Amino acid sequence: MAGTSPAMTENGAISITSTRTLDVAGVPFHADLSGALFWEEQRLLVVSDLHLEKGSSFAARGVLLPPYDTLATLSRLAAVVARHDPRVVVALGDSFHDRTAHERLSADDRDALASLQNGRDWIWISGNHDPMLPRDLGGTVADEVAIGPIAFRHEPTGAHGEIAGHLHPKARVSARGRSMERRCFASDGMRVVMPAFGAYAGGLSIRDAAFAKIFPKNGFVAHLLGDRRVHAIAASRCS
Amino acid sequence: MPPRILKSPAKPATLLPDRFQAWFAARGWTPRAHQLALLEKAREDRSALLIAPTGAGKTLAGFLPTLVEVSSQVAERDAGAKTSLVSTGRTVQRTGGLHTLYISPLKALAVDIARNLERPIAEMGLPIKVETRTGDTPVSRRQRQRRYPPDILLTTPEQVALLLSSDDAPFLFSSLKRIVLDELHALVTSKRGDLLSLGLARLWRLAPQLRAIGLSATVAEPDELARFLVPQPGGKEAAADVVVAGGAAPPLVEMLDTSERLPWAGHSARHALAEVYELIKQNKTTLVFVNTRSQAEMLFQELWRMNDDGLAIALHHGSLDVAQRRKVEDAMSAGRLRGVVCTSSLDLGIDWGDVDLVVNIGAPKGSSRLMQRIGRANHRLDEASRAVLVPANRFEVLECRAAIDAIAENVQDTPPLRTGGLDVLAQHVLGRACGEPFFSDDLYGEVLTAAPYSNLARRDFDDVVDFVATGGYALKTYERFARIKQDKEGRWRVANPKVRQSYRLNVGTIVEEPMLKVRLVRSRSTGSGSTGAIARGGRVLGEIEEYFIECLTPGDTFVFGGEVVRYEALAEDQAYVSRAADKDPKVPSYMGGKFPLSTYLAERVRRLLDDRRAWNALPEQVRDWLSLQKDVSRVPGVRELLVETFPRGNKHYLICYPFEGRLAHQTLGMLLTRRLERVRARPLGFVANEYAVAIWGLGDASFMIRNGQLDLDALFSPDMLGDDLEAWLAESALMKRTFRNCALISGLIERRFTDEDKSRRQVLFSTDLVYDVLRKHQADHVLLRAARADAATGLLDLRRLGNMLARIQGRITHRELDHVSPLAVPVMLEIGRESVYGEAADELLAEAAEELVKEAMS
Repeated sequence: MAGTSPAMTENGAISITSTRTLDVAGVPFHADLSGALFWEEQRLLVVSDLHLEKGSSFAARGVLLPPYDTLATLSRLAAVVARHDPRVVVALGDSFHDRTAHERLSADDRDALASLQNGRDWIWISGNHDPMLPRDLGGTVADEVAIGPIAFRHEPTGAHGEIAGHLHPKARVSARGRSMERRCFASDGMRVVMPAFGAYAGGLSIRDAAFAKIFPKNGFVAHLLGDRRVHAIAASRCS
Repeated sequence: MPPRILKSPAKPATLLPDRFQAWFAARGWTPRAHQLALLEKAREDRSALLIAPTGAGKTLAGFLPTLVEVSSQVAERDAGAKTSLVSTGRTVQRTGGLHTLYISPLKALAVDIARNLERPIAEMGLPIKVETRTGDTPVSRRQRQRRYPPDILLTTPEQVALLLSSDDAPFLFSSLKRIVLDELHALVTSKRGDLLSLGLARLWRLAPQLRAIGLSATVAEPDELARFLVPQPGGKEAAADVVVAGGAAPPLVEMLDTSERLPWAGHSARHALAEVYELIKQNKTTLVFVNTRSQAEMLFQELWRMNDDGLAIALHHGSLDVAQRRKVEDAMSAGRLRGVVCTSSLDLGIDWGDVDLVVNIGAPKGSSRLMQRIGRANHRLDEASRAVLVPANRFEVLECRAAIDAIAENVQDTPPLRTGGLDVLAQHVLGRACGEPFFSDDLYGEVLTAAPYSNLARRDFDDVVDFVATGGYALKTYERFARIKQDKEGRWRVANPKVRQSYRLNVGTIVEEPMLKVRLVRSRSTGSGSTGAIARGGRVLGEIEEYFIECLTPGDTFVFGGEVVRYEALAEDQAYVSRAADKDPKVPSYMGGKFPLSTYLAERVRRLLDDRRAWNALPEQVRDWLSLQKDVSRVPGVRELLVETFPRGNKHYLICYPFEGRLAHQTLGMLLTRRLERVRARPLGFVANEYAVAIWGLGDASFMIRNGQLDLDALFSPDMLGDDLEAWLAESALMKRTFRNCALISGLIERRFTDEDKSRRQVLFSTDLVYDVLRKHQADHVLLRAARADAATGLLDLRRLGNMLARIQGRITHRELDHVSPLAVPVMLEIGRESVYGEAADELLAEAAEELVKEAMS
């Protein structure tokens, strides 16, 4: 892992101070505690799998989940946008939970989204949940975007320099009878699978076979979203 | 007031028809006073609660009124014209039809009772039809039962709810005369009791002539329990008459006087197993009760290890395969077994015949609980049941002594009646809408007649109806997705048949822990962190709770299916394990059992500690232990809280002894740790057992107390149940589990799906995410209120914690010590043995990350 250096915390325990840098094919990204990635040089922010209106999608099928997930997701997105003030935002696919989800956005949520887009480039990458995004959402719709050595697409292919989502990685860490499960970035330094950003987006364990296909044999690291820090832990150490 | 003591039996001749008297006489029996008393209550058209010990002929007492009534009715019916039983519509009133519903908490019990009833019915030649209806009853028979109901139907609370949600409920139940509720003391302490009470409220409306008979073991508050059996009139309280059966010989209970050294901690009672084996050998049939499944597994394994005589010793617990359990039960009834190692799966009802000794391993937890277990021995009323208590450690000796004294004084400590859960009410409201449409006002009035809901506020009721309809959200965006809708007159009915179908699939309040299949495979290579493929397939050993597996790392060993196994991997819903060579498992699977030490017994233990003379009744080893404690520190007084602080290794320890049970202690430990963090005592973790909480950290607590930096009165101030609690609840895994249960029971999330192809893991929705969002955006939502109400008495035991904090205010005694005290040893030994708690994610994650650093640096 590039850039890691052990340091003493106030408790005297060794910890890692710079796991917030996550390299992808030599490009340093900032791994935000919210599950977003920030590319300082380009002032580009990436979020994946927002799954907006998942609540109402379930409601239509009779499961009346609280209808606040879009509000919750957009508020968290607004916070991370305010933190980094990006020039470009890339939403890495499955931004909407189903094909008609954007029609169910409340007027308030629509306004919130518009004000986030205001003054910056906004790129909607299409995903399997939202393959046909309408034009009137603001921003540009694309299947993939490539900037320098980095390719942004929804479904990971394992390609060099790829930033993808789709799989919703999560990892569990256990020690001494305690166990903790968190969303995480999965990365081997050459490619990364981003955690889902949406409030109702569930997760898939990084020990699932789907991840083995993407990362070559020598393993990868899970960057778990803690309460105050992002923690880099070898995937083989997780369950 | 109803008569409480039975007078000499009323004249049997007037109460029992000739046929019945002849039957009793033929068997050499005389009707018991309480059996006649129930016949008399029935004749007076009164509901009654029968409190009787096991072996008192309770079940027959409950059915006698029905057998007498139906047989005479049938005689009249046969004398007159025959009536058709086929329904042509809802309004048809029939002369026959369902007469009595019998409700039992266990499927097996219903089946067992049916068998027992067949005998008197056949021997007296009574023209009475008895049938059972459980989840296992085939659909064709269920349909026939609705059309051609038997005279007596034996079933479970869930089946009653299902029957009530059908269109023809009024037809089916309008003739109902009696409902017999067996093991009522066990039913009313759970949400199943809530569901049953709501069903009862409905039945009282459908069949105003309905009377109830409750059958119960001895409880602390019989009058409270008697309220459950009759409609509450609103404003005041109504109760069924209470009939108490006397005459049971007091049980002979003693504590095993072991010649071995008493362990300081642990729950295995391994030290005493040779002596337990001797007891099994000396008696005809012995039931060995333990508190958890894993204890049962371990004990069974150990007993067989020393079973040189080849005694027929069997194992019985709830996670075993049903066929396996049935085999044990049959062997038991046939008298083929010398011993059965069992958990609470055998606490209830089922008639075993000739058990002559009950051995209780470990802590009794409560005096009533223990008495019910002891009642399993010897079903003959006039002979004393015999029991031996085997404490597994020194504190349990105190608990056993307290329980024996309580039993000698015949003091009960059953929990009070529940306040009905709003999640259960939501399920009932949906069920009601599946049947006949209802007006809100009517249903509210009906629900108030159920004892657990007699104080339900209208606002709560309306919120529940709103929740069932559209989710009950402040944002009114789900109108078009409503599950129930009002018609023009204002009657609620289900919006579409799919809702009805989903209700039927999801009825019930028992939320099962997600389970994983355990498969035995060959161990894969050793190297740490190996991700090599494991051989799939392998023999299935059984099922285990998912949360337990989640706390393991590959390589950990634990006991399962009677052997020590090594955890290899998790794939989909299968946990793979291999045979381990270790004799001692690395991870204990003792989860403390379901129930914490009862408040009453806890107080008795404190009194025992405080009363120097009472120590004489304790084994010498325990007396010495307590005397030493008195010399080096202090033995806590009845009402005070003893806090000890001392250094050990490079850490500082703070131990307190509230004696309030594991659940309340876990919550306390969590809240104390937060507070200690705030005053910079730098706590690292804690463990809790039934008697004490131990917290350790880097800050010198003794020094901080001496210097006034740490004020113990402030640390234990009841205001920790305010903001600190709220902050903790936001992230507490226990609270999330509580919320999940409410979400499932209320029907927000479905447990079972019509589309069986979907794999469970795929569709399982994370209720944790829903909890986070709801808590943030609508903190007073009805489901969060339901979850908080559960937290007060359930996994977090907040009410008990609150009472304790109030009790010890101004009564904290601190002892600063140089080293660990004798009383602290047991809880200190739990460190590393029990789970270490603490919800702060970052510490745990940082620790795991450290390993990576070490790897990188080496």
